[in-house]
Amino acid sequence: MFFPAVASAMAERVGPALVDVPPHECPGTGSDQAGKAAACQGCPNQGLCSSAQPAGPDPAIEEIKEKMKTVKHKILVLSGKGGVGKSTFSAHLAHGLAEDENKQVAVLDIDICGPSIPKIMGLEGEQVHQSGSGWSPVYVEENLGVMSVGFLLSSPDDAVIWRGPKKNGMIKQFLRDVDWGEIDYLIVDTPPGTSDEHLSIVQYLGATCIDGAVIITTPQEVALQDVRKEINFCRKVKLPVIGVVENMSGFVCPKCKKESQIFPPTTGGAEMMCLTLNVPLLGKVPLDPQIGKSCDTGQSFFSEIPNSPATLSYRDIIQRIQNYCSHDRPQEERKP
Amino acid sequence: MEAEAERGNLAGVQHIILVLSGKGGVGKSTISTELALALRHTGKKVGILDVDLCGPSIPRMLNVQERDVHQCDSGWVPVFVDQDKTISLMSIGFLLEKPDDAVVWRGPKKNALIKRFVSDVAWGELDFLIVDTPPGTSDEHIATVESLRPYQPLGAVLVTTPQAVSVGDVRRELTFCKKTGLRVIGIVENMSGFVCPHCSECSNVFSKGGGQELAQHAGVPFLGCVPLDPQLTQSLEGGRDFIQEFPKSSAFPALVGITQHILSMASPRSS
Ligand SMILES: Nc1ncnc2c1ncn2[C@@H]1O[C@H](COP(=O)(O)OP(=O)(O)OP(=O)(O)O)[C@@H](O)[C@H]1O
Ligand SMILES: [Mg+2]
Ligand SMILES: [Zn+2]
Repeated sequence: MFFPAVASAMAERVGPALVDVPPHECPGTGSDQAGKAAACQGCPNQGLCSSAQPAGPDPAIEEIKEKMKTVKHKILVLSGKGGVGKSTFSAHLAHGLAEDENKQVAVLDIDICGPSIPKIMGLEGEQVHQSGSGWSPVYVEENLGVMSVGFLLSSPDDAVIWRGPKKNGMIKQFLRDVDWGEIDYLIVDTPPGTSDEHLSIVQYLGATCIDGAVIITTPQEVALQDVRKEINFCRKVKLPVIGVVENMSGFVCPKCKKESQIFPPTTGGAEMMCLTLNVPLLGKVPLDPQIGKSCDTGQSFFSEIPNSPATLSYRDIIQRIQNYCSHDRPQEERKP
Repeated sequence: MEAEAERGNLAGVQHIILVLSGKGGVGKSTISTELALALRHTGKKVGILDVDLCGPSIPRMLNVQERDVHQCDSGWVPVFVDQDKTISLMSIGFLLEKPDDAVVWRGPKKNALIKRFVSDVAWGELDFLIVDTPPGTSDEHIATVESLRPYQPLGAVLVTTPQAVSVGDVRRELTFCKKTGLRVIGIVENMSGFVCPHCSECSNVFSKGGGQELAQHAGVPFLGCVPLDPQLTQSLEGGRDFIQEFPKSSAFPALVGITQHILSMASPRSS
């Protein structure tokens, strides 16, 4: 029985006790009681807590803090839902920021099992090089570097069949062992969900202060219900939410120019969700098939379709994010 | 009889089908839901096991998000979607205190719950058990495939959308199936084309043909193209029975085709 506390209490309804293990019972991974306390008996994490995890915080956190001293702003791109456009957004946020030649921009793709950044940024087949000071990122432009597990695979068919600890190890390496150099913006693209990758990135960057998270969603409730969970995750781990982007919001028929809601906002869309949860809405981006095409060919759609409504909306959103980073929360005042 | 006993709670389950994709948001939960509804309409009893622990969608898609799971002597009683108990569902969505609660779990905890989902749910007699998964090839997938292996699943339905970015991830999922010895029933190309409701022009919103090409390239069956159909999205938002209500809509024939493929694959084994 994996959840002994639950089994005994589970007379009728199988309830939330299963999900929220009472915190006073779990000593926490940082404690020297980790894996040994009475409450740990039978917990699925017991093995991990008692052996693999050293007592106290991971020394890598300090090393990463050192490494990140040369990185001004860190932005996570998150969504609870899959396929809403996180990687497309991450890549184009980077393209947009890197238009200013004086800014150094980096993209870190921590979607370990489904890395799409290499394809979207036209870097498929590229390999990471080892230098004296670590792994060097792959560069799209002089001021735009990228790191992804995709650069470490030998074929497009390679599957990364890894459990959590291995993924976490990779993320740690990406932060600690990559020669990032002086960076103005580090953009982190993530897989959907609220699990190992998300906990690890927040934990490893925890001592360095993250500017915040941009949350991507589509307008329908099936997506929003997962995105609310993601926002609750941010609150749980004290990650500021920069704002929400509603993607694939309306589709304009190329023939008759009339708009259709392919993913209808049946519960009020991102707008309503943002009101209810009191987070800013950064903007809405329409569904434009050209965006998909640009991503498939690894081009930036800013240059492909400079005047489309989607591009204009993107530019507006990027401006807001820049404002957030520079005005709203000056570097010195932020607390980790 | 001994083998029966070992199968425990899955003893009465004829066929197990996994719905997989390397890519998120391509319609795994949609295909799982519609497959269950379509199989029900052919008179089958169907169970759905939702192992997407961080983003469960099926409870809403079947309009049972308010329901609870109960305990009986042989394990957890799944939620029955209809009065006749032809579709039953187990999902973490039923175990959360508040629907918006985030399930912030690392791998081992997810693995443990999936193992319980496989062994402890009292499914009873089922013709099909459909397993909906999150995107990727990680803990949930390894745990699901490992704990289902003794029950010899019929195979996996792989879902993709047509664009290259998505097909790339599904190629990796094919490798996952090969490595774990899971048979590939076939590939579904979802969101393939959108017919404008105003002028009937078909736009390839997410490109076209990628799923079919991949099936050919990999030598696995192609199960068909499901178009982007606003009536389907609407049905899923409200948890309504699309198969019952919209037999004339554009996605219907494709969904029925996939169901028939699966029925014909399953029939020789059922004897
Ligand atoms: N053929 C289709 N026509 C119209 N809408 C669709 C179609 N297929 C899926 N959808 C809609 O697209 C959205 C994503 O689908 P779904 O939730 O099934 O994807 P998923 O692969 O399960 O996502 P995740 O990876 O997040 O679990 C849903 O809102 C669904 O209603
Ligand atoms: Mg799903
Ligand atoms: Zn039209």
